[in-house]
Amino acid sequence: MRVAPAEPCVPGFLSAYPALAPRLPGAAVPWLRRCRDEAMERFAALGLPTSRDEDWKYTSVAAIARRAFGVAAAVDLSDELHAMVSRHAMVGTHRMVFVDGHFVPGLSQAMPLPAGAWVGSLAQALDTRAVDAEAFFAAADEATDGFAALNAAFWSDGAWMDLAAGVALEVPVHLLFVTTRSDLAVFPRNLIRVGAGASATVIEHHVGPEGVAYLGDTVTRIVLGRGARVAHTKLQQEGRKGFHVAAVAAEQGQDSSFVSHAFAFGGQLARAAIATRLGAEGCDARLSGLYVGSGRQHIDHHTCIDHASPRGTSRELYKGVLDEAARAVFNGRVIVRPDAQRSDALQSNRNLLLSEDAEVDTKPQLEIWADDVKCAHGATVGQLDADQLHYLRARGIGEGDARALLIRAFAADALAGIEHGPLRVRLESLLPGALPEAA
Amino acid sequence: MRETAMLEIRNLHVTVDDKPILRGLELEVHAGEVHAIMGPNGSGKSTLAHVLAGREGYVVTQGEVRYMGRDLLALAPEERAREGIFLAFQYPVEIPGVANIYLLKAALNAMRRHRGEAELDAVDFLALVKGKLRLMDMDETLLYRAVNEGFSGGEKKRNEILQMAVLEPRLAILDETDSGLDIDALKVVANGVNAMRGRERAMILVTHYQRLLDYIRPDRVHVLAQGRIALSGGPDLAQELERRGYAWVEAEARGQQAGAAGGQR
Ligand SMILES: Nc1ncnc2c1ncn2[C@@H]1O[C@H](COP(=O)(O)OP(=O)(O)OP(=O)(O)O)[C@@H](O)[C@H]1O
Ligand SMILES: [Mg+2]
Repeated sequence: MRVAPAEPCVPGFLSAYPALAPRLPGAAVPWLRRCRDEAMERFAALGLPTSRDEDWKYTSVAAIARRAFGVAAAVDLSDELHAMVSRHAMVGTHRMVFVDGHFVPGLSQAMPLPAGAWVGSLAQALDTRAVDAEAFFAAADEATDGFAALNAAFWSDGAWMDLAAGVALEVPVHLLFVTTRSDLAVFPRNLIRVGAGASATVIEHHVGPEGVAYLGDTVTRIVLGRGARVAHTKLQQEGRKGFHVAAVAAEQGQDSSFVSHAFAFGGQLARAAIATRLGAEGCDARLSGLYVGSGRQHIDHHTCIDHASPRGTSRELYKGVLDEAARAVFNGRVIVRPDAQRSDALQSNRNLLLSEDAEVDTKPQLEIWADDVKCAHGATVGQLDADQLHYLRARGIGEGDARALLIRAFAADALAGIEHGPLRVRLESLLPGALPEAA
Repeated sequence: MRETAMLEIRNLHVTVDDKPILRGLELEVHAGEVHAIMGPNGSGKSTLAHVLAGREGYVVTQGEVRYMGRDLLALAPEERAREGIFLAFQYPVEIPGVANIYLLKAALNAMRRHRGEAELDAVDFLALVKGKLRLMDMDETLLYRAVNEGFSGGEKKRNEILQMAVLEPRLAILDETDSGLDIDALKVVANGVNAMRGRERAMILVTHYQRLLDYIRPDRVHVLAQGRIALSGGPDLAQELERRGYAWVEAEARGQQAGAAGGQR
């Protein structure tokens, strides 16, 4: 079943909410219902972002605002769906598949998990056991823009991961979000809590059909306890007409380590906000990303590394490869709060433009309030190096192959730091197909 | 009667950024020969090497270059390489992110495909490369580093010769491969080059120093000055240049050009 507002996005969602709300997960949980209602009020007040919002200056969501989206209330299992899931599955992972926003156990693959590790559907967790998620939710719902508010109001499911102190989850958790139809809006929400000294590897993977428009609006929130380690890889392979808006927000405990990789390959308009707060002493954050665009794709990354406590280290490297008339936005915010002495932050954004029409807006945004800090940033925008290209050709390598080789070499560092071998190999194998073919 | 030359350059005029660099260069190289090209800085030696390798930005305004009986200038750089032309660059290019061994393999397999031969499998390829590596007295770890990235000057030059040894070109052009090498490395490079001398192969050595020619004895020595071959001779010419410098050759070349220009009036 499907609730399909005929009106454009904002009024459509506003009018769809009252009918949908009683059927959303956790509707019987009073505090949760309150969260959703409040989020809807915020959405009514905020609407969708416009270019007047500083954070959305270079990314217009007019194409989203114009459209009417429906929400899938149930899932149709088709043969294509099975094929799509097996194409994107990764061996050796604990896989949870969400179709049009709903968890589908039949397509998922559970692996034995250690004691103290809870990995499951957020909707089921709320419906079947009284999870202590209220505080978690409240914090997650400091919705700063209309998309976050929409997600908080409409979220249908996602992963709930809760690792007790000291639990090392060796098996990567693969969260595969599949959208199957045009004009759907899906609202996944993932809550990941990793206790003191515990560790996990999570792959958040978004895929969708080619050639049709739909909207994915995702929120992932990760809380790391003292000394916890989380490696989060976001792999965005939406269809080329899909709209993708996602937020990943981590909150780091003392001496914790957060490693984020963001790969953005699909979507006509894709926006990812990736943020971490180094909330206690001695945190380490590593953010890296690779965005690849062609055609008229628009790909936006806004990252925020908030050094809120002393002795934190952050390393950030984002790379972009843009062909044809693709456009990218990179905004790398680094905050060093007054108390965060002896912070050490490095940021770099490098872009390779393969055509005259490709464009990138790259902006470091450093807000340094402490004095004893090391902080450096750099951004580059360039073309393929003519000397390198010639050198390869002078060794007999054809021009197309030489270009492809140099593009791959440029992009390859984005994979550095992925510690999980099979995942890295999988991503390496995706790269050639994701990168523009040589002209 | 002499067989046709492997490389035949006739009246070659080349400009770079509209500046004339080569002005009527003539050169003939036969299979089995080693030619040395010497000449003052900026006289156009590297320009000649780049034109032969097909680099963009070098505009041939007059003349022709025939290689193995074909119009070389009509071929793309990669086609020239696959037809057996190899340029050891004066300034080898660093390519971060591309492993040296990967480049060697891609290059060798491109040649083999072009010749209709099967690609080498990983085991045979590695055996081949390791043999050449020993010949060049190079450390195996260099294979797994990015092409020339962070290589010392001498390592870069050796790496060029390693590539040459693996690719086994028909015509090798070595642009100042001896510059920046210590004495031991110079011997290693010279041994590598000598090991490749053969009746089917020709070499052009661009050098400033007699020293290299003590190890690799050329058949012909040419002086490039003012954009043309101003003087040619046997191996002894290099010794004479070492003693007397280039000024006299340049003066003679200027005289000849003035004479030629006068004759046209
Ligand atoms: N892109 C360019 N624009 C203008 N002039 C150039 C360019 N490239 C080369 N030249 C000039 O062409 C001339 C010949 O240069 P080339 O590198 O061929 O000299 P060379 O004989 O190899 O010198 P060296 O012995 O120093 O290596 C020089 O005067 C050089 O400055
Ligand atoms: Mg030179």
